[in-house]
Amino acid sequence: MRKTRKLQVLGAIFAISLLAVTACGGDDDDSAGSACEVGQIDGDLAMYNWAEYIDEEQLAAFAEEYDISFTLDTYESNEAMQPIISAGNSGYDVIVPSDYMVSILIEAGHIMKLNLDAIPNSSNISDDFSGLYYDPKAEYSVPYQWGTTGIGVNTAVVGDDFPRSWGLIFDPAISGEFNGQIQLLNDPRETLGAALKYLGYSLNTTSESELNEAKDLLAATSSRLAAFNTDSADEFLTSGETVIGHGYSGDMFVQFLDQDNYEDYVYFVPEEGGTKWIDNMAIPFDAPSPCTAHTFINWMLTAEQGAALTDWNYYDTPNQAALDLMGEDAEGYYDDLLDFIRNPELFAGGVDSLESIEDTGDFETNYSDAFVNAKG
Amino acid sequence: MSNAVEPRGLSKIGLQINGWLVYLFFYAPIVLLVIFSFSDSRNVGKWGGFTLGWYEQFIDSSNARNALENSIKIAIVVTIISVILGTMSALALERFTFKGKRVFDALLYLPIIIPDVTMAVMLLLFFGEFFEILDNLFGLQLRKGFWSISISHIAFNISFVSVVVRARLAGMSRDLEEAAVDLYASRWKAFRHVTFPQILPGIAGGALLAMTLSLDDVVITQFVAGPGWTTLPVYVFGLIRKGVTPLINSISVIMLVSSMLLVGLSLLAERTRRGG
Repeated sequence: MRKTRKLQVLGAIFAISLLAVTACGGDDDDSAGSACEVGQIDGDLAMYNWAEYIDEEQLAAFAEEYDISFTLDTYESNEAMQPIISAGNSGYDVIVPSDYMVSILIEAGHIMKLNLDAIPNSSNISDDFSGLYYDPKAEYSVPYQWGTTGIGVNTAVVGDDFPRSWGLIFDPAISGEFNGQIQLLNDPRETLGAALKYLGYSLNTTSESELNEAKDLLAATSSRLAAFNTDSADEFLTSGETVIGHGYSGDMFVQFLDQDNYEDYVYFVPEEGGTKWIDNMAIPFDAPSPCTAHTFINWMLTAEQGAALTDWNYYDTPNQAALDLMGEDAEGYYDDLLDFIRNPELFAGGVDSLESIEDTGDFETNYSDAFVNAKG
Repeated sequence: MSNAVEPRGLSKIGLQINGWLVYLFFYAPIVLLVIFSFSDSRNVGKWGGFTLGWYEQFIDSSNARNALENSIKIAIVVTIISVILGTMSALALERFTFKGKRVFDALLYLPIIIPDVTMAVMLLLFFGEFFEILDNLFGLQLRKGFWSISISHIAFNISFVSVVVRARLAGMSRDLEEAAVDLYASRWKAFRHVTFPQILPGIAGGALLAMTLSLDDVVITQFVAGPGWTTLPVYVFGLIRKGVTPLINSISVIMLVSSMLLVGLSLLAERTRRGG
C-alpha cells in the first residue's frame, strides 16, 4: 500500500509537470522568430538536411561570415526526419522537408511561421513557386531545390528519334521493341501518376474510373518491364540493364555525369507532363537559434549561394537570380544540363504540365491497391 | 571414443557440404563487398578496374570522419558503463535474493525483446519530455547529443552484458568462493581474487558485444541523436538515398576490419592469459 501511494504521488507530479510543459509550449511558438531582424544572429547554426544535399564548405562559408560555428546532420527520408522534429527539442535550426511533409508539419504546428521581413531575399524566388498547395501564402517555408520525375533514355540503343511522351513506355507500338529493357518506379503514386498523365488525367485524381483505366494500362505494360524499382533506376540505365527508365531528375543527372559516355543519355519530362517535387527550408517550432536560422535562409537565397548550391548537387533551383550565375566553370554535360535547369520551357510540355503529388486522403489506399493489382 | 559419435559415410559428406554451404552463405556477400570496395565504378556490382579512390574519398570526407569519431567516442563510454552496470546486475541476480528480484529479472530482458523502433520512439519521447520538464522546472537547457545517444545505448546494452555474464556465473561452481570466505577473505577480496578472474571471459565477451552493438546501431541512434552527433552507421544509411556506391562498401570494410581486429585481440588476450 505504502508503495502504491508513493507511485501515485510520483505519477501526479509527472502528470502535472507534463501539463505545465504543454501549457507553456503553445504560447511562444509563433513569436519566436517574429522579433528577428535582417542578419541577426542568436546562436550557432544546426542544420538537418538530406544526405549529400549541401556542400559542407557552403555552410562553413556562412559560419565564417557571421563568426559562429555550425553542425550538419543528415537524414534519408522525410519520414525519418519528421518524428525527430515533432518530438521536440531536436536542437535543429533549419530543416529541409519536401512539399507534402511541409503541410504535415504546418498542420501539427511543428515548424514556425517565418518572419519574412528578416528574409528580404525571398524576392529572388521565381514566381512559379508562389501559391504552392502545401503553403499557399508562403508563410512557413521557402523553396530550397526542386526537381521532376520523368524518363531517362539510353540513346545509343534507342536512337535520337523517339517521341518525348509517356508513350515511350506505355504504347506497345513504340515500346514493344524494347521488351524487358524498361523500368518503372516501384511507387504507387509516381507510376500510376505517369499512366494517368499519359491518359490525359490529373495525377492527383480521385476518380475511380480514371484510376481503373490507369491500372489496366499499367497491367498491360508490366509484361514488357525489366523491373519495378525505385533505388536503382539510374544505375540500371547506365549499367545497360535497361534502356528506358523512369526516375528522378537529379539522380539521373548525377549518374549520367559520372559516365564517360554521358552524351549517350538523355533525361526528359514527357509532353503530357510529369511529377514536380519541391524541397523547402523551414525552422522547427523550438529551434534554439531562430534568428540565425532566418539569417541563414536569407543568405541561401542570395544569387551567389543559390548558384553554388545547384553547382554542387545538380538539382534545379527556385532562385531566379541564381540562374545566370550557375556553372561558371561548367563544361560538357553539366553545361548542357544547365540549359535544362535554366530553361524549364525545355520540358516537352512546358512548366505548366508539371504537377505535385498531393495527399488524396482516404483515396491513397485506392492507389496502393490499384498498384499492387497492376503489378500482378 | 570420438569415433563412436562421428558420423560416417553419406551423412558425413552431407554434413560437410552443409558446413561449407553455411560458410559460403555467410561469407560470400562479405567477400563481394570487399572486392567491390576497390572497384573504379560508381555502380556496385559492375567491376571498373582497381582503385583505392573510395577509401580516399572516405578519408577526405570530413562528414564521414566526424561520424567515425562520434561512433568511437560513444562506443568507448557505452562499453565501460554498460559492462559495469551489466556485471553488477548479473551478480545481484545470480548470487543474491532480494525483494522484487523476479520482476527485475523479467524486466531486464525487455530491451532484448522489444523491437528497436519501439525502443527508439520511447527514448525519443523520453528525452523530448524530460528535457522540457528540466527546462521548465529548473531552467536547465539540455540538448540531445553525446549523452542522449550514450544513455540509450547503455540502456539496451546492460541487458546484453548481463545475459552474457550470467551465463558465465551460472556455469561456475560456488565452492571456490565459499572456500575463500571460509578462509576469512572479505567479500571484496573474495570477489576480487576469486570471482572476478573466473567471470572475466564473460565480462570481456559482454564488453565486445556491447561495443559492437553500439557501433552498429542505426535505428535508436537516429532517433536520439542531436546536432553534430551523426554516427557512422547513421551516416551510411543517409548515403543510400543517393544510390549505393562503393563508398559505402569501403566504409563497411573499414568497420568490418576493425571489428574483426577487436575480436582477434580479445581471443589473443584470452590465449596469452591462459598460457601464462
